[in-house]
Amino acid sequence: MFTIRVNGIAHTVDVSEDKPLLWVLRENLKLTGSKYGCGQALCGACTVHIDGQPTRSCVMPISAVGDKQVRTIEDIGNEHIGGLVQATWQELNVPQCGYCQSGQIMAATALLKDNSSPSDQDIDKALSGNICRCGTYPRIRKAIHKIATEQL
Amino acid sequence: MTNSMTRTARLIFTLTLLGTSTLLGHSALAQSPLFQPLYEVLSHPRCMNCHTITDFPRQGDERRRHDQLVVRGADNHGAPTLQCSACHQDNNVADGAVPGAPHWGLAPLSMGWEGLSASQLCQVLKDKSKNGDRSLADLLKHMSEDDLVLWAWTPGGNRTTPPLSQPAFVEAVQAWVNAGGPC
Repeated sequence: MFTIRVNGIAHTVDVSEDKPLLWVLRENLKLTGSKYGCGQALCGACTVHIDGQPTRSCVMPISAVGDKQVRTIEDIGNEHIGGLVQATWQELNVPQCGYCQSGQIMAATALLKDNSSPSDQDIDKALSGNICRCGTYPRIRKAIHKIATEQL
Repeated sequence: MTNSMTRTARLIFTLTLLGTSTLLGHSALAQSPLFQPLYEVLSHPRCMNCHTITDFPRQGDERRRHDQLVVRGADNHGAPTLQCSACHQDNNVADGAVPGAPHWGLAPLSMGWEGLSASQLCQVLKDKSKNGDRSLADLLKHMSEDDLVLWAWTPGGNRTTPPLSQPAFVEAVQAWVNAGGPC
């Protein structure tokens, strides 16, 4: 049995200690916004925040979560910057197929919370682990700059 | 007469080759035989891939630039919001695909060993201004107990391990330290 705090709420789940956090979120808690892409921390689709840091939930065993705060795409809009990111993503039609975008939004939100005026290079460094097969990178970059220049 | 000349020519040729290979091989050989086994371990990709002199880590035995173009970052643990720990947990994942160990990260640039000869690496290793102010005893402790160092012998997946076993490495470091850290 593990009790983890997700989006501010404590959940107790009866799972094996090596079950990845992603599958606890998706299967046990029915929070399906975080996506399974590669299962090897290579694509970033499963990105959640652990104590504010973007983390690949597909390779984080539930036993490693402890009392750290987990925040997912379902709740990120309740944060000021997370809300700005989601609204701007909609405004600029950033997603194409959308599969990677919850991970992109989690990474972009963490970046903007840490750095209110990121350069192109800062964006590359922060989001290089979030892969988009549709190639929406120019729109992602444009949206991050738009938020930084107009709203932060 | 001709046979004898040919033999002499062959001998000279062989000796020249031997001499050349000794010269070429010199940089990889430590002057102290006590440091040689340490050098063979420290220059292995499991150690060297994160003891780089670049602003990024490497991976694989071919020592290619790390996937996703991740960067060293100011604290040697990645970009501010793309930390090494975003993917590298405290343990290897179950199938070994993603390696992990506590405090996963790069060694500081002052501990970058790429391109150093064995004797240069030995000097850098002992230099307290570069090695995190570690004495020889501290180095022994680091190289025999640190979780991230020990990971090199349990790297998961099909990753190769350093040429000495971990106990043999500790013995070699102990012998080198006991002798005063000769280079």
